[in-house]
Amino acid sequence: MTDHSFVRTEMLPEQPAPLGETGILLWLKTNMFSGIANSIASVVTIVIIYILAKEIILWGYQPSWGLGSVRACFDDPNVTGACWGVIPERFNQLMYGFYPKDEQWRINLSFFLMVAAIAPVLFNKIPRKAIYFSLLYPFIAFWLIWGDSIWGPIAALAGFAIAYGAIRVLNPVAGAIVGITTGVLLALVWWLFAAVPASVIVNGVIPIELEVVQSRNIGGLTLSVIIGISGIALSFPIGVILALGRQSDMFIVKVLCVGFIEFIRGVPLITLLFVASILLNYFLPPGTSFDLLLRVVIVVTLFSAAYLAEVVRGGLAALPTGQYEAADALGLDYWKSMRLIIMPQALKISIPGIVSNFIGLFKDTTLVSIIGLLDPVGLINAIRGTAEWKGILWELYIFLALMFWIFTFAMSRYSMYLERKLKTGH
Amino acid sequence: MKKSLFISTLAAAGMAAGFASAGTLQDVQAAGVLKCGTGTGQVGFSAPDANGYWEGIDVAVCRAIAAAVLNDKDAVEFVPLTSKVRFSSLTSGEVDLLSRTTTWTFSRDVDLALTFVGINYYDGQGFMVPTDLGVSSALELDGATICIQTGTTTELNLADYFRSNGMSFEPVPIDTTAEAQASYIAGACDVYTTDSSALASARSSFENPDDHVILPEIISKEPLGPLVRHGDDQWADVVRWVMNALIAAEELGITSANLETLAAGTNNPEINRFMGTEGNLGEMLGLDADWAARAISAGGNYGEIFESTIGESTPIGLARGLNAQWTQGGLMYSPPFR
Repeated sequence: MTDHSFVRTEMLPEQPAPLGETGILLWLKTNMFSGIANSIASVVTIVIIYILAKEIILWGYQPSWGLGSVRACFDDPNVTGACWGVIPERFNQLMYGFYPKDEQWRINLSFFLMVAAIAPVLFNKIPRKAIYFSLLYPFIAFWLIWGDSIWGPIAALAGFAIAYGAIRVLNPVAGAIVGITTGVLLALVWWLFAAVPASVIVNGVIPIELEVVQSRNIGGLTLSVIIGISGIALSFPIGVILALGRQSDMFIVKVLCVGFIEFIRGVPLITLLFVASILLNYFLPPGTSFDLLLRVVIVVTLFSAAYLAEVVRGGLAALPTGQYEAADALGLDYWKSMRLIIMPQALKISIPGIVSNFIGLFKDTTLVSIIGLLDPVGLINAIRGTAEWKGILWELYIFLALMFWIFTFAMSRYSMYLERKLKTGH
Repeated sequence: MKKSLFISTLAAAGMAAGFASAGTLQDVQAAGVLKCGTGTGQVGFSAPDANGYWEGIDVAVCRAIAAAVLNDKDAVEFVPLTSKVRFSSLTSGEVDLLSRTTTWTFSRDVDLALTFVGINYYDGQGFMVPTDLGVSSALELDGATICIQTGTTTELNLADYFRSNGMSFEPVPIDTTAEAQASYIAGACDVYTTDSSALASARSSFENPDDHVILPEIISKEPLGPLVRHGDDQWADVVRWVMNALIAAEELGITSANLETLAAGTNNPEINRFMGTEGNLGEMLGLDADWAARAISAGGNYGEIFESTIGESTPIGLARGLNAQWTQGGLMYSPPFR
């Protein structure tokens, strides 16, 4: 039975896959030209994108970076589109507002320290001890940005040390309630009566001072970041507490939390900003100048906290009741069960919502231009109010959009990283 | 009704606050800085330059007052105010003075309990059209489409003007100045109307200003000037007479250039009284003798300020018009320094 005329004895060499079944062509075939309708849609889309991109690039790619006014751009025959000269000329202002030029290193330093202070909160690979620096950071940043004597922030910090010391000493002796009450009272007395004179006296002996900078002179992206970051940092704990309060069995706590959340959520942010900028002045005794920036930070924080509380409540509601019961069955008290069992899971579920909330808060900071603070949007109006740059529009807003995008995109990427890291499902 | 009650309550609270403290003049002198409410960016009126130094005709008023009261034209804290918060910021005491292209009207003066102390620019609503439309008078605009900002007095003025002249128009309602200019340039409307100073500055920012013409008709009165809180007459006097000093200096020929020479004494008794070398006008005002000379040294007399901020040598290029001295056919007229 040897009717085989040919037997191959060696393997054929591997052939490359047929054209159209691999690489870019396969990708194009499956993703863009998989049918007549899809092919037409793809071609139309590509043409539209091409036209748009061409127009935008032709408009944007201009040798106008060195020109000093809109008129100069009009008169320069090489410039047919964007007039970018405004960006380098006003870059400093868009970043720092009217912060004195010689002192701007303080803003830069605060920013770098901020990155260092946030890192231990964001990433768990960094030694835990670094969190102490994060706690100190607000005082350092306050001193760097607003200046004046270093002993002011230190005196404020000393209040916390006094409270902590009193609690440590009294708790074993007189019990937790007496300890905490005495500690808080002592700290309040220190802040109200002793902190200011003490810092003045110490500063008289060892003067360590930076030049004072008024809030009025802080502007630009610096202002947005200050409002945004303090709002985010302060609203998170408040929001969590409000969410817990809303779920509480204690009637008064529950009513207060629900009332606060529903009130703040029922009022537009811009109304609250007007309250901060105008109405508060009428209620405070004449002559008191309660810093506008501080008022705005408080309002933004409360606003964001109310929204955050609802996001966290969503996370709490999504947990199966079994988790609560398991915590009870383990004999944990309320705070322990929240801290060890409930919150880690609830917060994990709420990460996308929380981060969207923060991104929204950061972008909402531009609303302060309506009450006359010179954030980047307010500064753009001011810059367009000069004779040189009147009529310029897209260049400034594109630049601003890019600045904001860097911050919000970083936040959004971090939230995705965090979700991946905390993923425990299968 | 409810709203006006609310506003007057606020205003009353603000006045009470004003009475409770010492006079504004004393407060300003004690603080060593003048808190001046100004615009958030209007060409020629108030805007910060690249170094954050505020410039403009409204800003110049603040600097002149700071120079007269505090002997330092830079002792001013500029508080940029939007049109929404400007009056409440003044009544609540957040600023000592509002110099922010604010039209002097009956209701603002009376109902909002504010005191207008003078006029630093006589404005009025005008029309701008493309040159190739061949229009030379607003009376030829029957049936035109007009770009107009909604919710402003210009909207009402426009309707009044067209109605009283028996003409019709088609409004293109628009929200902001920037948008209005863009729509006009894009040809969405035949005519753009707003205050004539704003028209001039818009025109100066166009690629080809000569393609557009501002029609001669001015259809409304918009006297712009600084204002202070009701109930502090001494402070109102200071601001009013610094304003008058700027105007009178131009009439008397006192400029920032010849200030030093004239301060040594002249044969003209009014100039001498003005410069403080004769009489005691400064003392009456609660200031020292050379207050007016210092006000002029801040940025020159009214004419010099006008020329350097919005005048014909600037890109905005406004003619003096109504804002010339009364001796030149304008409306700028200061009561005598006597």
